Amino acid sequence: MDASGEREADVVVADGRIVEVGPGLASQHAGAQVLDASGCLVSPGLVDLHTHLRQPGKEEAETIETGSRAAALGGYTAVLAMPNTTPAMDCAAVVREVLELGRSAPCDVHASGAITVERAGAALAPMAEMAELGVRIFTDDGTGVQDDRLMRRALEYSVGLGVTLAQHCEVSSLSEGTCMHEGEWSSRLGLPGQPAEAEELMVMRDIALARLTGARIHLLHLSTAGSVAMVAAAKASGLPVSAEAAPHHFTLTDECCKEYDATFKVHPPLRNAADVAALKAGLADGSIDAIATDHAPHAPEDKERPFDQAPPGMLGLEFALALAFTELVDGGAMSEADVLGTLSWKPAAIAQMVDHGGPVEAGHAANLCIVDPAARWTVDASGGASRSRNVPYVGRELRGKVRHTVLFGEPVVIGGEAQR
Amino acid sequence: MSGTTRDLTEASSTVDTSSFGDRRHLLTVSDLERPEIEQLLELTDTFVEVSNRAIPKVPALRGRTVVTLFFEDSTRTRLSFETAAKRLSADTMSFAVSSSSVNKGESVRDTIETIEAMGIDAVVVRHKSSGVPAQIAGWTNAAVINAGDGWHQHPTQALLDAYTLRSHLGSLDGVRISIVGDVKHSRVARSDIEVFTKLGAEVTLVAPPTLLPPSTAPWDVRVSHDFDSVVGSTDVCYLLRMQRERMTEALVPTLREYTAHYGLTSARADRLPDGALIMHPGPMNRGVEIAGEVADRPNAVITEQVANGVAVRMAVLFLVLGPGRASGAKNEISSNGAG
Repeated sequence: MDASGEREADVVVADGRIVEVGPGLASQHAGAQVLDASGCLVSPGLVDLHTHLRQPGKEEAETIETGSRAAALGGYTAVLAMPNTTPAMDCAAVVREVLELGRSAPCDVHASGAITVERAGAALAPMAEMAELGVRIFTDDGTGVQDDRLMRRALEYSVGLGVTLAQHCEVSSLSEGTCMHEGEWSSRLGLPGQPAEAEELMVMRDIALARLTGARIHLLHLSTAGSVAMVAAAKASGLPVSAEAAPHHFTLTDECCKEYDATFKVHPPLRNAADVAALKAGLADGSIDAIATDHAPHAPEDKERPFDQAPPGMLGLEFALALAFTELVDGGAMSEADVLGTLSWKPAAIAQMVDHGGPVEAGHAANLCIVDPAARWTVDASGGASRSRNVPYVGRELRGKVRHTVLFGEPVVIGGEAQR
Repeated sequence: MSGTTRDLTEASSTVDTSSFGDRRHLLTVSDLERPEIEQLLELTDTFVEVSNRAIPKVPALRGRTVVTLFFEDSTRTRLSFETAAKRLSADTMSFAVSSSSVNKGESVRDTIETIEAMGIDAVVVRHKSSGVPAQIAGWTNAAVINAGDGWHQHPTQALLDAYTLRSHLGSLDGVRISIVGDVKHSRVARSDIEVFTKLGAEVTLVAPPTLLPPSTAPWDVRVSHDFDSVVGSTDVCYLLRMQRERMTEALVPTLREYTAHYGLTSARADRLPDGALIMHPGPMNRGVEIAGEVADRPNAVITEQVANGVAVRMAVLFLVLGPGRASGAKNEISSNGAG
């Protein structure tokens, strides 16, 4: 199953690439390692546009090794590491360090770069030196670039480099000090909330700046119905805007915060049922291009702090595919093929990852995700391969389980078990 | 059998505490239904009587240990709980953040586990963050009583307010209560709204839109931005404390303007119907939300609220720790009763 459609076939892989795809090939390759994919979908490996690997700086929460293992188990063959590390990935030296650590990982680790120095929103980071190392997405993720003029300049500059800016849309003057969505639940719980408009104002501005500069912009983890509508309108008018949504935003609502469990604290915050419905519709009609996890590990002691003081974020890499099948396919919004598009070939195109996203055809890199769509499983509290355990889906029954993951021809996951 | 022991036995036998169920904590008034609130208020009558004695003490919680764990200063609430515990003969410990390891970076969870290791039966928690008592309830076997968390809840304040009103009015059914001021940041308001409406009162929130919660849909209340249009039809005027820091957040332009529009000035107090009551959770800003002279009028029951606080907290401690709560307590009471 890939962007061109669906067919039943064997896939022969050698030297990291696909050499042949067709029916009945198994018997012609005696002695080859065979991965049983009966009943499974063979998809191009999944691509996550939004992964917090926490290294360098927060290795107690996650490392490139543990995060990559979680990614491989979730069917991902490539992740884009977000730059909010310590120090931030805002120059060639830190980017090089991350890429170096990623070389031995069971997943292809790509680096994003910060737009501004130390992600402080004041001065442009040396984007060209990072682009020379292969960085194709720049973002200050964790915060948006607040200054209009600086964002305009960054967009203009990005055009010359052929890279894409990605924005965490949140106007800080409306979001500072808040810890959940503003509405009935924040009112009841006595927690400071941020309105949907905190996100939407920056979505609106960035669409305007994309129009002004002609630059490509990717909008990270959109969470509100208003944002979806604005992106749809921008696309209809031909602007080079793309967008992603996170699994938790199309699965959970702000009501989840009612027990003050900071596992459910995330930025942007869990919204209400109407926003969830709009995100599903936006993914189904293509207004939103990609599902991205915003996998954000945090140590248990940090998530046990009072709700308003705990850090935002939740795990996602090992759950995204099953959540998408359960919420979007079983919910009637999308087909399995369309879901795989939002998880694989569409994000691969946004991040210009040429070795990922398929197609499953001879000559292409053998980066594959083999998923059993019929397998049902219940999320446990272990946190999987991540160093952290901030999983908001514990106890949920999901459909779709990754059976094997193949990274440049190497089976890094076999039968649901990580091989390294 | 001593007199105090007999009284205790009466308290536990004449007051039906069964509908309080097997509730181990008091985290929010949202959990309490009308019959539970009414039983708690009836039990409070018993403890008001105890408090009025020459020796205001019963052995109900002898041998039990109650800790006040205040991460945020509040001398009056802490003293009220400690007095309540002592009048029930419980041992009390006080854990204040300024003199504790919390300032050295210890987590709330480590703090509660450390205190619990000393052997405690109940912990009374105050924290500036909403939800902390609920979190603590997940980490300890002790009974947890919320003494105020962030903007969320202050259950015993609402219960003592209801008790005070009931002692004057008999019933809250149909009573028109205006809660005036900074509802948005008020745990007192969130608790009072629920308790008052559950007891049948008609509650109106009176505040500028900036000082109301983003949504009032969770509650069965009316909202007004015009105190003057409401004051003449108010049976109970409940004023909330106006904090000076709200000025810096652009929620109201000046205190002077706030007082002019939302303060209970002498002129507005004169327009209250005969017999109307004036309440305030304290501490008051005289001259801001309430005129100094108004706070001292006979229909202002503010010091009564404080006095009733002790008895209400005795009732709460008795319900979460008293007979049927834990095997130790039950045995103690029955052996006393037999003696």
